[in-house]
Amino acid sequence: MNVSDILFYFLSALAIGSAILVVISRSPIYSVLWLIVTFFAISGHYIMMNAQFLGIVNLIVYAGAIMVLFLFVIMLINLNTDAKPQKGKWLRLAGTVAGGCLLLVLVAALKNTEVKGMGVQVGTGDIGLINQLGKALFTEYVVPFEISSILFLSAMVGAVVIGKK
Amino acid sequence: MHIYLLQAVTQNPDSSYWYLPVGLQLLFAIAFVGLMMGVTHLLGPSRKTADKLSNFESGIESVGNARQPMAVKYFLVAILFVLFDVEVIFFYPYAVNFKSLGWEGFLAVMMFVGFFLCGFIYIIKKGALKWED
Repeated sequence: MNVSDILFYFLSALAIGSAILVVISRSPIYSVLWLIVTFFAISGHYIMMNAQFLGIVNLIVYAGAIMVLFLFVIMLINLNTDAKPQKGKWLRLAGTVAGGCLLLVLVAALKNTEVKGMGVQVGTGDIGLINQLGKALFTEYVVPFEISSILFLSAMVGAVVIGKK
Repeated sequence: MHIYLLQAVTQNPDSSYWYLPVGLQLLFAIAFVGLMMGVTHLLGPSRKTADKLSNFESGIESVGNARQPMAVKYFLVAILFVLFDVEVIFFYPYAVNFKSLGWEGFLAVMMFVGFFLCGFIYIIKKGALKWED
């Protein structure tokens, strides 16, 4: 067990533990803070897998910008205790069944992958590096890149239409 | 054997080994904050009175409920910030490959920016960023 293995297991435990805390936290603000910890752990995984650009972008966009959005959403909704939605017995059962189905699908999908039983592949592959990613994005995937700008345009228009009335 | 591996890794400027100092700094920052919070908790005197435990609001007594839904204008600014933030992130891979991509890449980026510019003009014309209305 070398240093990268220890780091891998530490980051994995951190990611899974904080993700569980996101779900079971009583206060939504704590959930958001634990989600930030999860994103940091996932960024650490990206960096270990030689995808440094993705790791930093994950921090800038998700831990930085998206979390601010989440906080704004929490501040927009009414959080007083008398206004909390009541979760019925059937809703809990449906949630458990849906989550169990997703878990089953994920376990079945991961069972037959070739990376099963292997530790993290430190320093192999270079598609996550910024110059390789740029080359792939602007030559091979230039059409999806342009389509994504249309997606952003529609998001802008939608936000303005809904927010401004 | 490990020393050789380390040397091979350190000679590669793209290796994630170079994030080790960043990780160490992060570790020390977290450890320092945790240590200071623990030490002040242990060493500082603690006299808990009702005045000391109340929320500090610039010296005024707190009134009303803090959990009021706030204006949707903040959310609009935040979501527009996220969109333009993502736009800027797409520039980084282009800037690194600026020379090798040539005119073709330039036109692709110009088209991308053009779409964003349309959205920006729409936002300005609609007055979405105007605070007072």
